[in-house]
Amino acid sequence: MTAASVAAPGGLPDGLIAVVKRDCPTCEFVAPLLVAIADRQPLTVFSQDDPDFPAGVDAVDDTALDVSFALGIDTVPTLLRFADGVETDRLEGWSRPHWQALTGIGDLGADLTDYRPGCGSRTHDPEIVDARLVAATAGRLQSRRVELGAGEDELEAMFERGYSDGLPVVPPTAERVARMLAGTTREPDEVVALVPPDLTSCTVEKIAINAVLAGCKPEYLPVVIAAVEAACTDEFNAHGLLCTTWFSGPLVLVNGPIGRAIGMNSGVNALGQGNRANATIGRALQLVIRNVGGGRPGEIDRATLGNPGKYTFCFAEREHDSPWEPLHVERGFAATQSTVTLFGASGLQGMCDQLSRDPESLARSFAACLRVVGHPKNAFIWDAMIVVSPEHARVFREGGWSKTRFRDEVAALLRLPGDEIVRGAGGIAEGMPEAFAEHTLPKFRDGGLHIVHAGGEAGLFSAIIGGWASGAVGSEVVTREVRS
Amino acid sequence: MTRTILDPTGERTATTRERAARPGSLAGATVGLLDIGKARGDVFLDRLEELLRSEGHEVVRFKKPTFTKPAPLDLRHEIASKCDVVIEALAD
Repeated sequence: MTAASVAAPGGLPDGLIAVVKRDCPTCEFVAPLLVAIADRQPLTVFSQDDPDFPAGVDAVDDTALDVSFALGIDTVPTLLRFADGVETDRLEGWSRPHWQALTGIGDLGADLTDYRPGCGSRTHDPEIVDARLVAATAGRLQSRRVELGAGEDELEAMFERGYSDGLPVVPPTAERVARMLAGTTREPDEVVALVPPDLTSCTVEKIAINAVLAGCKPEYLPVVIAAVEAACTDEFNAHGLLCTTWFSGPLVLVNGPIGRAIGMNSGVNALGQGNRANATIGRALQLVIRNVGGGRPGEIDRATLGNPGKYTFCFAEREHDSPWEPLHVERGFAATQSTVTLFGASGLQGMCDQLSRDPESLARSFAACLRVVGHPKNAFIWDAMIVVSPEHARVFREGGWSKTRFRDEVAALLRLPGDEIVRGAGGIAEGMPEAFAEHTLPKFRDGGLHIVHAGGEAGLFSAIIGGWASGAVGSEVVTREVRS
Repeated sequence: MTRTILDPTGERTATTRERAARPGSLAGATVGLLDIGKARGDVFLDRLEELLRSEGHEVVRFKKPTFTKPAPLDLRHEIASKCDVVIEALAD
């Protein structure tokens, strides 16, 4: 038959169909058999790499792989039978008894070896998969195309157009954005949030573009999307966090299996540089706020000093050997769920205690250091996150202290006598209003101390991360599940 | 070489609005005083109220629920409907 006239998917002919490529020794091996089969019954051969192959058969050109993708071909050769437009049988590679059964030709390849495995279909070549993905997605992207001038350096162009946080960014080509979007099952045009301060509608596509800028890998995208969702809630109040003169910016804590799956750092130098996921997820969130939300420093961001964490402040909790339940479990999620928790963070204060070997002493050290968050004479104003290192955590584990007990003991130690913290007390004008002089005030509100476990094995140091105006007045901690 | 990229911004342009006409004088005007909720903003506004009242002006006081968020729409509407001018205190 003249197979070349047969149209591809949707119009596949009944009879036998073979999918082959010249660059496959097994296909070369079965080529004479295909000629023999075609002489005796309807056979359509699709060639993935050379329409002149096999010789003697009028193969259909499938170098574009449309038929191969439509048929879900994994291996070549693949031999199929179609009846009434429906696939009724399929086999891969060369197997004499199976080919004989499928073709109904009892002596087919009688002098050939019984079995010979096939080769990988071109549909699985990485560059083919990528090209199809890009072709399928890039055309659907709705963002404005920005043409760069012929003489422009593309990295410099990113700075000049205001897209950067001050460090070089990756130019977001349609191809890169399409690859980034492969990291989520969500549609590019799905609206995720209204991003402050401009309350701009932000789609998955816009988040993906900024994730490209930040240097994310596609598998980070679901975490970035969840972080944007959490940041753009009224409770988290990213608007206020941004425009305040305080130091604050969003801290992204990752809990659950995704942290390990995407290679986040919860160990040595967890709060520092050097891990791509930690570095770029936090950065992507800040770039969304800058580029989509319009929140730029010196404009609506009025921070007096800011803090280095405003480039990126993202890490994973060290869950596998923590003495305590991880933060997301404490906040009502299952240990097997992956979450992001957003905290309005103002920077990091090192906490040193190399001598305490019992939890009572260590808790007193934490309380003494926590007292200075904001100001030693401020009460009930700021929240704080405590990042307890493994060596400090060991002291609590060996002492049998739960996280609740640790928090309660610290809170009890931080009930501040009003007469010590009112304005003017101790010769310091800063402080609480005089009306509190006769009261005892908690340093932190209920629910204002957030405790997580991270860091390297060595070092009797932990971190205190001060917050911003707490609760309904300012920012609440917000947790959101990471969805694929 | 990359020549075309996708716009990472919200693709919005800010609207420039005309400022409301400034009154020639405060004679007969009702003055709103908006405390945004920052520390000691009340000290500043108390003194302004005292001065305005001593000059015979009607004064209405308002306060935002929190200084960290934009004023609620209802509050902005109430100020606009009750006052001819408003003074907003930003203090620390």
